[in-house]
Amino acid sequence: MKCSDFLKELTDYLDNTMDSHTKAELEEHLQWCHNCYVVCNTTKSTIEIYRDSRLYELPDELRTRIHSAIISKCECHKKDVAAASTVKTEDQHKDSSK
Amino acid sequence: MEAIENKVVEPPSEESILVDAARAGDIRAFESLVRRYDRNVFRIAQHITQNREDAEDVVQDAFLKAYQNLGQFQGQSKFYTWLVRIAVNEALMRLRRRRPERMVSIDEDVRTEDDSMPREIADWSPNPEQQYTQAELKDILGKTIQGLPPSFRTVFVLRDVEGLSTEETASALELSVPAVKSRLLRARLQLRERLNKYFKRRDGDTKP
Repeated sequence: MKCSDFLKELTDYLDNTMDSHTKAELEEHLQWCHNCYVVCNTTKSTIEIYRDSRLYELPDELRTRIHSAIISKCECHKKDVAAASTVKTEDQHKDSSK
Repeated sequence: MEAIENKVVEPPSEESILVDAARAGDIRAFESLVRRYDRNVFRIAQHITQNREDAEDVVQDAFLKAYQNLGQFQGQSKFYTWLVRIAVNEALMRLRRRRPERMVSIDEDVRTEDDSMPREIADWSPNPEQQYTQAELKDILGKTIQGLPPSFRTVFVLRDVEGLSTEETASALELSVPAVKSRLLRARLQLRERLNKYFKRRDGDTKP
């Protein structure tokens, strides 16, 4: 196996979504190829560091503000839909009484 | 080497009850869905837009749009995947507004010369993130991911930060599974390359 072949399979290897035969081939390559071993290890660390970084957490104060805004917009939308539905029903009544 | 386990969020059955109730007009039920996913949507939005105010707007607009269009949600995908699709579209729209000079698309398949080939092969220090304070680390990670094309960082954040499966990511972004895998590999390798300068082993570091 060439290093470029190893790299093509790296994502599936890290996600453990490959058949056991291919996995064994990759692990055999890792036994002797230090460069691929380092790339594999540091790519795995990259994913873990981002996953654990808690980058862009939503602060409680902002969360409360966003919630209020969302719910108040949803309530407005609900009222608009209800009002439109009432008008439609009234129109239908008028049409049927003609 | 152990494979990385993904934190896939399985929707409990109560989710479909909440979705049905919200669809019938129960705003409290919808509020429960907001509480469940607002942090995820905010994180995704800020990763894509790289701007806090835009991320706030995206969260509001995405949830409102979801509420308005609940009737169209067929339940064939998870509610969260459907919500993520709305949020990603809103975030990309904001990004386009901020960068009108540059076409921003999730279909963008940026291919730079040998962007998948590692250039610097250097082992990292043990626990490299511990060399920095929390604030420094967040700054490094934020700046580094900002350098990726939006289509790459979107796939990376959905797949590796939020823990969606490859199929869910493909569904949320309306991409094929091979396209997601290709972008994910290149995103991971490019981030690794860029983080090398901060995390690589220096003289004097002890071997783990």
